Amino acid sequence: MNPILIRGGHLVDPAAHVDGRRDLLLADGKVAAVDMPGKIKHSAAEIIEAKGLVVAPGLVDIHVHLREPGQSYKETIATGTAAAAAGGFTTVCAMPNTVPVNDSPETTRWMQAPERGAAVRVFPIAAATRGSMGENLTEYGALKAAGAVAVTDDGKPILGDSVMRQALTAAARVNLPVIQHAEDTRLTGGCSMNAGALAFRLGLRGMPVQAESGLVERDIRVLSEIKDSRPHLHVAHLSTKAALDAVRRARRNGLRVTCEVTPHHFALNEEAIANYNTNAKMNPPLRAEADREAMIEGIIDGSIECIATDHAPHALHEKEQEFERAPNGITGLETALGLSIAILHVRHKLPLSRVIALLSSQPAAVLNLKGRGTLAVGSVADVVIFDPQKQWTFRALQSKSRSKNTPFEGWTLQGKIARTISEGRMVYGG
Amino acid sequence: MPPKTPDRKSPKIEIQSASVSSAKPPLIDPGSLLSSNDLTIDELRSILELADRLENEDPTQRDKRLFKRRVSLLFYESSTRTRTSFELAAKALGADTSLVSAQSSSIEKGESLKDTGITLRSLGAECIILRSPYSGAPYLLAETTGLPVLNAGDGMHEHPSQALLDLRTILRHLNAGSKVTEKTLADVTITICGDIFHSRVARSNALLLPRLGARVILCGPLPLLPETAAQLAPGIVIERDFDRALAQSDIVMMLRIQAERLAGLALDLEEYKGRYQANTARIAAQAPRALIMHPGPIIRGLEVTSEVADGPQSAIAQQVRNGVAIRMALIMRALASNGLHDVRPGKNGRR
Repeated sequence: MNPILIRGGHLVDPAAHVDGRRDLLLADGKVAAVDMPGKIKHSAAEIIEAKGLVVAPGLVDIHVHLREPGQSYKETIATGTAAAAAGGFTTVCAMPNTVPVNDSPETTRWMQAPERGAAVRVFPIAAATRGSMGENLTEYGALKAAGAVAVTDDGKPILGDSVMRQALTAAARVNLPVIQHAEDTRLTGGCSMNAGALAFRLGLRGMPVQAESGLVERDIRVLSEIKDSRPHLHVAHLSTKAALDAVRRARRNGLRVTCEVTPHHFALNEEAIANYNTNAKMNPPLRAEADREAMIEGIIDGSIECIATDHAPHALHEKEQEFERAPNGITGLETALGLSIAILHVRHKLPLSRVIALLSSQPAAVLNLKGRGTLAVGSVADVVIFDPQKQWTFRALQSKSRSKNTPFEGWTLQGKIARTISEGRMVYGG
Repeated sequence: MPPKTPDRKSPKIEIQSASVSSAKPPLIDPGSLLSSNDLTIDELRSILELADRLENEDPTQRDKRLFKRRVSLLFYESSTRTRTSFELAAKALGADTSLVSAQSSSIEKGESLKDTGITLRSLGAECIILRSPYSGAPYLLAETTGLPVLNAGDGMHEHPSQALLDLRTILRHLNAGSKVTEKTLADVTITICGDIFHSRVARSNALLLPRLGARVILCGPLPLLPETAAQLAPGIVIERDFDRALAQSDIVMMLRIQAERLAGLALDLEEYKGRYQANTARIAAQAPRALIMHPGPIIRGLEVTSEVADGPQSAIAQQVRNGVAIRMALIMRALASNGLHDVRPGKNGRR
């Protein structure tokens, strides 16, 4: 692996408080030097000219579904990470709702094995309970030793108070966050979209806001009752103002609660379903406009610390069904940066460095991914280089993902990725 | 940022676009009828007038109109009235009909709606009449086959041909003729009572009737009538007291209580009857001149008593008769449409 010298770019490294012109030298899979333009000399290095481009830490997505093991017709670790690289991501955290459920150190290691052909770094998130059945905890210490960076029963929320208490306590002991997909499934049976006037009009059963906020509040109550340790609760794909307010209150009360929001929950509202577009069906569902606006506000005021895609590939035949029968989820790795820049930076004037922090240093910090999400000397040589001005049209057919289920087909996005470098290797562009 | 979607009725996405690209939404044949909201007042008028003409036409002339054209009925749910009247309507126009129902077809083997639709198209179907337990299924069928699709009831969503035949029944009762305008029903109050939440008939009527000026009262207990129902269209109000609703009404549409759907809802059937049943005493006291309608099937003794269902104010039999005329017009309209940019195999030359 040759050293790489990235010259003339505008370096944005929020964790290191750098936002200006710098050259960057990568060697041996690490950041070897950062300096003012022209200062770094290296005769053997491959040179990348980055004039007019932003050089940023490789993006970190802490919520993806790579579908391996078990559902490689939707996605594989190889295709999913290729999509990640094309979207500027160099780290993805893979959810455990695979077939079988990733509830063991063996599966956790299998997902990280070189044979999987991952283009970028994959950190598994293991199941919080055996088979994600919500009853018996998995072995958090062994899972962590095998490489798991968090535990969750994503998609199958932990409803029992006592199991949630056990999970938080056990995870705190080994310093792993517990991630909750906050949905009180007792309130959402048979539901396929957000509750409200539009659901009534479409004749679809709706998931009430309370199904999300109620479980977040329950989790926070359980968390607050644990006195002898300080567990970390992370709320996945937050979608409602009520749940966001609960997170804000918990944090004010000194609890360790973090949350993420997906690009689709700040880009779209429930009206994207239009005439039963199954590519606008996901869980949590697209919400009312007021909730979408609350997600933007939460990002801008800092209540939401990360953007995560919930990349959820499904085969064409699965989405080409009646709305209520189609599975939940959309792809997201290749649209996340372009949507974030277009909506948060261009429209809502959020500084680009903050957009990048939401997509790199902050998610890395939430899951304690050391050396990722920053370009300080000595950190991992994960870099994304993109043109922040360039508008481009997203075409699902050109996606690297095996699946094409996206509501953003034909959208004009802003911020075109030129290159992605993962651990010193060029994995996209160039 | 999102591309512009040229389809007529889809709700607007609130996000302003930075720029626009050329992504195409799926095409739906304009001869389709998927929602009663799809029809302009002009289209409504022409359907009603066509129904009048076809009803009065010499049957031996009428059956030349769609001679040997192929109409498929695809029924994933049981049906008496809708299926039979669509079938009679198609046959009265001379068309060949074929019926596919879930219980006796490859649907039981797991064939998808898309593949079933493509199969029917390959067998020469020029129009598919679909009943499905899933809301929105007709959109999927129309998009994947390119054929005109008539929605004969989809889940809890809509049943537009029922709303049209109900409208015809109302217009005839009022001697209002078929030349409808935005004001035709301006002084008319219509109560729809019962299980609104689960009713596609209620949605199609509540969307259609206010557009002709009617005041629509939705009536029922909270578990069957959420407050959000009032937002279906302007001109809709909720009145939970049936007697008060009746006292204001010129027309009363009773809905079937779908006993199979009440599990889990806090609803006592005896209490329901006490508050919402259309019985002789209540109708005589509150609405002695109102027209009583019901889309069927009726559960006698539950939402309506036999005396009322068979009584002089009842329009139930007229509704069924009007179904054939309306459905003849809808099938004519479907097969007369010029279709999509026609790339479908085996179709050119048969029109």
